[in-house]
Amino acid sequence: MSAPYLVADGLSVAVDRREVVADVSFSASRGSLIALVGPNGAGKTTLLRALAGLLPSRGGLTVGGASVAALGAREKARTFAYLPQGHLVHWPLPVRDVVALGRYPHGAVDPARLSRADAEAVERAMRVADLEPLAERPVTALSGGEKSRVALARMLAVEAPVVLADEPVASLDPYYQIEVLGLLQRAARAGAVVIVVTHDLGLAARFADRVLVLAAGRLVMDGPPEEALGPGPLADVFRITAFRGGTADQPVIVPWSAV
Amino acid sequence: MKLSDAARTAGATRAAGAVAARPAGTTVLVLLGSLVALLILLSLGLGSVRLSPDAVAAALFGGGTEETRIIVQEIRLPRAILGAAVGAVLGLAGAALQGLLRNPLAAPELFGAPQAAAFGAVLVIATGLADVLSFALPLAAIVAAFLSVFALLVVAGRNAGLLILILAGMALSALAGAGTALTMNLASNPFAALEISFWLLGSLEDRSMRHVALALPFVLLGGAILLSQRHAFRVLSLGEETASSLGVDVARLRLLVILGVALGVGGSVAVSGTIGFIGLVGPHLVRPLVGYDPGRLLVPSALAGAALLLAADIAVRLLPSTNSVRVGVLTALIGVPFFLYLIVRERRSLGGGVS
Repeated sequence: MSAPYLVADGLSVAVDRREVVADVSFSASRGSLIALVGPNGAGKTTLLRALAGLLPSRGGLTVGGASVAALGAREKARTFAYLPQGHLVHWPLPVRDVVALGRYPHGAVDPARLSRADAEAVERAMRVADLEPLAERPVTALSGGEKSRVALARMLAVEAPVVLADEPVASLDPYYQIEVLGLLQRAARAGAVVIVVTHDLGLAARFADRVLVLAAGRLVMDGPPEEALGPGPLADVFRITAFRGGTADQPVIVPWSAV
Repeated sequence: MKLSDAARTAGATRAAGAVAARPAGTTVLVLLGSLVALLILLSLGLGSVRLSPDAVAAALFGGGTEETRIIVQEIRLPRAILGAAVGAVLGLAGAALQGLLRNPLAAPELFGAPQAAAFGAVLVIATGLADVLSFALPLAAIVAAFLSVFALLVVAGRNAGLLILILAGMALSALAGAGTALTMNLASNPFAALEISFWLLGSLEDRSMRHVALALPFVLLGGAILLSQRHAFRVLSLGEETASSLGVDVARLRLLVILGVALGVGGSVAVSGTIGFIGLVGPHLVRPLVGYDPGRLLVPSALAGAALLLAADIAVRLLPSTNSVRVGVLTALIGVPFFLYLIVRERRSLGGGVS
């Protein structure tokens, strides 16, 4: 593992004067896929948005040694690729144009006039998200799963060193859940910090190198899946027991019953 | 909603190389531009004295008789310029608001902007300030329009649904209307009240180059501000959060749109009174031709707005009636049924939560 790239040090986020995320510290190296899990209302989305610099936060937040607050808007946009929940597109734009908007932080403001480098980045993102056959289709006419892949490709087209995805597999069938997380894992292996918010503990255990467990705004566990999703944290934080299998390197966790 | 055939064809031709511009877009721009030019020529030729295109061209460039020169240059040219400029900026303002709010039913007149601008202008007319300081008229209209759109977005809040926006717009529109009524009510001179009420109907009649000079700078500035944000509107299609993450300053964008709309609508209303529904109809007419991309919709919408208002202004001259029909009345008569048609068409998506 290389040196930490993204470092949060005592990060707190208040929304409407209510502290939603409190005193969260962790560091992430390039090359790792991190799952951010926690019960509903734990503050996962808020933390993710704060990491992306979309919400003001207190405490230290640095990327590559530089303070996130000091980054210019465009530099910040090139550093953090962010995929929100829901990811709605409001107009029936062609899929390719939506994906091309991921190049906006790189100065590609018009999808009809992309530089060669930007056009190639768009094609790459479309290829990995398996969207080439849909390139000219209006995005609003696609199925929910197809829309998710368009949103994912749009985010990957940014080709940012930090990827923050909020429930990227929530509306996908099992095939694409596995495909998408595999894809994010490859993005991590290629040198990005990838943080994925998910409720699917099984997928988190399957794909994440590390799991951060958030409960009531506080980081209560930070470690490999086997440890962070161990019987203790599952009972305390999620109020469930799980069927467990696999190995220490590749744990299998199937949520089984409520405590 | 479905993508238009034209846009789909354009997309397909672009599929080979992602570098080329859409040919359909350019063709549509040329056609719309030619239509506007044709309507301007017609507008210069039509009236109580009908002039042939030859005579119009001659008079425009200093030829022909002195009478035709006066008719064309001093009476009809200001009217044609204002028709094109006001129509264009209203079409542009509609397209920009639809882009900002990501909703095809957004338009300045539904949010009370022209009504507020009219109140500002009426206040200045009634107090006599407009006679002393001619630029007070457009400035008052612009400030009032800015305040109303700003208030609208503050009242409705971030990410407001269309229902909230239209309700807030209705309230602000009613408030501006009440303010206008009060001003007329308190006017010491009954003729002033009558003059104001006719002016409110919206007209381009009897405008001079002085009116053009009064409105055009603001209209051009407002239009330039809105056009400068065309790429940001496209990114905003992905929602405010994603747009922010891509580096769009959404708060700044919102403020610039309010400013651009206020300058355009305020400047227009100051010289033409309230002319409604161009901003709603214009973008809708061009969407089937150029597609839904809010960034690519601005210029065609402006051209469509210019064509609509020029055509309406020609129509009121051709209507056989003893009292000339005001163009603002005509655009409302055509625009409101069109609005109702749009509501029916969008009913399904509007019914579902309006978010």
